[in-house]
Amino acid sequence: MDTEALTAWIREFARLISANKAELTELDSAIGDGDHGANMDRGMTAVVSVLDAEPQESPSALFKKVGMTLISKVGGASGPLYGTAFLRMAAAAGDDVDLAKVLRAGLDGVIARGKAEPGDKTMVDALAPAVAALEAGKSVQAAAAAADQGREATIPLVARKGRASYLGERSAGHADPGATSVTLLLAAAATTLGDKA
Amino acid sequence: MKKLINDPANVISDALLGFAAAHPDVRVDYENRIVVRGDAPVQGKVGLVSGGGSGHEPLHAGFVGPGMLDAACAGEVFTSPVPDQMVAATKAVDGGAGVLHIVKNYTGDIMNFELAAEMVEAEHGTQVVSVVVDDDVAVQDSLYTAGRRGVGATVLVEKIAGAAAEEGRPLGEVADVARRVNSYARSMGLALTSCTVPAAGKPTFDLPEGEMEVGIGIHGEPGRRRVPVAPANEIADMLVSPILSDLDFTGGEGVIAFVNGMGATPLIELYVMFNEVSQILAKAGIPVARSLVGPYITSLDMAGCSVTLLKADDEILRLWDAPVNTPALRRGV
Repeated sequence: MDTEALTAWIREFARLISANKAELTELDSAIGDGDHGANMDRGMTAVVSVLDAEPQESPSALFKKVGMTLISKVGGASGPLYGTAFLRMAAAAGDDVDLAKVLRAGLDGVIARGKAEPGDKTMVDALAPAVAALEAGKSVQAAAAAADQGREATIPLVARKGRASYLGERSAGHADPGATSVTLLLAAAATTLGDKA
Repeated sequence: MKKLINDPANVISDALLGFAAAHPDVRVDYENRIVVRGDAPVQGKVGLVSGGGSGHEPLHAGFVGPGMLDAACAGEVFTSPVPDQMVAATKAVDGGAGVLHIVKNYTGDIMNFELAAEMVEAEHGTQVVSVVVDDDVAVQDSLYTAGRRGVGATVLVEKIAGAAAEEGRPLGEVADVARRVNSYARSMGLALTSCTVPAAGKPTFDLPEGEMEVGIGIHGEPGRRRVPVAPANEIADMLVSPILSDLDFTGGEGVIAFVNGMGATPLIELYVMFNEVSQILAKAGIPVARSLVGPYITSLDMAGCSVTLLKADDEILRLWDAPVNTPALRRGV
């Protein structure tokens, strides 16, 4: 998996975020504060601009640039969480990227920064099943499907982290916006890296 | 959406331009979206930095000036600022005595300020202490939530800790004062209407005519329960009762009572509310030592109010009465 393919992944993630901005905002309005779509779109648009201006030389440099840009541009909770994930992925990426290994590092970073556990109705609920699928030797498409199932499973959950947690029982019945944006990250991987894993 | 704006994307930068034009005694760093006290850094004084999402004006930028904050970071509407802003603000106000970060308890604010403190300590060696404000009694079960939100007490913490810093007290003491104010303060809020984030263009939640939302925060997030609209005396009871049952306010020097407007509620209604609140406190045997009435920590164009009570002691009252000279709070100067 080379830098070019990984760059295509990031660009596709940016495109999906932009295309689904309204849905992310809708979900976040239901249980959060309605800014997840706009914030992620601002961050990923900045990432694409940076990559246009400075193509990255290695997977590690690519992930680090993505992480630093998201930390600097997104704010809210998703900036530090996605930013930390990509910085950890940068640290775990060798010359030949093993997607299971880098996404595991990313997941560990999200858990360390956000202190969420599975079932808290967060990004973790979509990312953890995807990582588990890859670690079990399944395809990227299967990992994307696992992320989708994880996201669906957040619908009945009562949120225990972030602003959605203030709603208590009223947070049940809605998919988590962070878990939803994670499914886009995995869907982008399935279309750009699917035949390379 | 009817708003006094040009382009929704430029609301914050346009407002910062206006803020700078209106208040030449503070410095605005447009690139970093921070507002800094005009004479910063003040040598030997602990620097106070706060910040958060925009949409709560006058908080935080309106409280930058002698006797209160040294710098404020403006995030996107209802979104925490990013660490780069907090690092720039911290460096701008570091007068050699360390810097206090005053952070409202929201997941995003906590994580971004945490990253900023790590970055500034690693790169510049500035000593940073963070105090988290979490006074909202509407959030009851902190074991299964992100914990209580930082709301009205933030204004009181910034004023009182700001006065302590202005006296030249060391970082540890200023932080202790800030923590004590937070631990003695409780708040509860209520919305009559939702609010409209400029970038979203429509109200964040639906609140039908005839209903109100009890236990709201300051970001248009829905509250704990929805009830029919009631007279002011009943609303005051809905807000004050949970506060009084959460902390014993008797036996001190009385309270600083703060009735805050959420943005769209006129001052006349806030005074109606203050009357009801003061009557409840009188019946409970709790004297009102000082008061604050007005829109100081708002939620864009939301109608509604919040009540904050701070259990006072001699030192808190002395620091509350100290001179302050900021765009939004100015007295004794």
